[in-house]
Amino acid sequence: MGKRRVVIADLKAVEVEYARGLALGPVDLTLGEGEIVALVGPSGCGKSTAMRLLAGLEAPTRGTVARDIERGETSLVFQAPTLAPWLTAAGNVALPLELAGLPRAETRALAVDWLAKVGLAGCEDTRPAQLSGGMAMRVSLARALATRPRLLLLDEPFAALDEITRRRLADDVLALWAEMKPAILFVTHNVEEAVYMAGRVVVMTPGPGRIAGQLVIEGPMPRPEGFRTTAGFRQAAETVSRLLAGGAA
Amino acid sequence: MKRLVDILAPLALVVLLLAGWEIACRVLAVPVYLLPAPSAVWTSLVQDWHALAAAAWTTLSMALIALAVASVCACTLAVLGGLSPLIEKAIQPVAVTIQVTPVIAIAPLVMIWTGLDHPERAIIVLATIVAFFPIYSGAATGLRAADPDLKRLFDLYEASRWQRLVRLRLPSAIPALVEGHKVATALAVIGAVVAEFVAGSGGAQGLAWRIIESANRLQTARVFAALVTLAVMAALLYAAVDILERRILAWWRGR
Repeated sequence: MGKRRVVIADLKAVEVEYARGLALGPVDLTLGEGEIVALVGPSGCGKSTAMRLLAGLEAPTRGTVARDIERGETSLVFQAPTLAPWLTAAGNVALPLELAGLPRAETRALAVDWLAKVGLAGCEDTRPAQLSGGMAMRVSLARALATRPRLLLLDEPFAALDEITRRRLADDVLALWAEMKPAILFVTHNVEEAVYMAGRVVVMTPGPGRIAGQLVIEGPMPRPEGFRTTAGFRQAAETVSRLLAGGAA
Repeated sequence: MKRLVDILAPLALVVLLLAGWEIACRVLAVPVYLLPAPSAVWTSLVQDWHALAAAAWTTLSMALIALAVASVCACTLAVLGGLSPLIEKAIQPVAVTIQVTPVIAIAPLVMIWTGLDHPERAIIVLATIVAFFPIYSGAATGLRAADPDLKRLFDLYEASRWQRLVRLRLPSAIPALVEGHKVATALAVIGAVVAEFVAGSGGAQGLAWRIIESANRLQTARVFAALVTLAVMAALLYAAVDILERRILAWWRGR
């Protein structure tokens, strides 16, 4: 509640310019330890660029990016599951751990464990081609969480899934967050999903993206049953929608 | 039922063509040295079966050796190129130039270098040159074919260059590699046959030599017999490689 919090990552007056012009900025964005922040904006506003800056995968043209964590403590989940087709589900989850140098037996055990945590017990030896979209996304999540990251970046992870699977996965992510409390930046253009999943929603204007406004979402985390029907939720969703529309005007 | 039709249709066409050919030869009393009837070709095939099979094996083995050598060279260079963009830039134009120069033109030179007494060496070298580029191209393309998002993840995981090569780029390269080898196999056979024609000597005793020898003696039925053997051998090889490719890709894809 506004107390001194540990800042995990901080963007100060960043601008990103490509050959085709300014893509993002200037933008100020702070992510505190254990916070869940949703980044909402229209297509092309630079949400994914902002995410890559926070991940340390890209440098801004102007402004500073301050990160209080090592690269190995960041995890990224894309819109596509991005699994290696030649590896099994367990092989995919174990990949970052193996690259970090952990012994095979340990990585295998961790992979099996995490697959169970995302609800895929028994699927260790299936290949990505045999998994449904939702299952593949769960494997991607398991891979991202297996390294116990302090910063988890989700780039429209549920965009390609149906509504029921989206809602189920949203609850699963929040449940897993409750265990380890990583900071989460969640990029989406689904307003309700943003308000449901985040403690703070940041709205961006169309490209080059700037911050149109922010809204703190009150309510317990993980969300209780029926949270989507509460007045607070509906009001927050309307406010965010207005901010989004206002930015486009 | 549909599969039966798929097999019977081309078969029926072939039978029709053969029948037409046989009838035309008999009715028009075509001289045997000009155009032998299918029956004459068949007789020749059956008579010379052992010699033809041995010649086919010689041609095939030279092509396969060339394929193996080309594979090792091309893959090694592609991996080196993958590790160092400078090396790749250096190799690329040279490889392309070798590829587009007709191998027939290089043949006399190669034969002088490998020794006129050893045409098999020249044939293998020439077939290797022909088979090299498809494999190199496939490998180089494959090494660049990794999913860009997977590449970003490997950046995030701080993977070393070696880890990236072995755990991301090489596995991602498998489909292109397989395709390259498939094309190279067909070209290696063609290369072996063309090279033997250019060598023009009987040192290697492959199918091409059988064709030259029989043609020189106007034993056209034997020429056809050798051609049929060559065509069947090439077709069977292609079918085998095709099945292998499908198996490998099915395993790689996991389906």
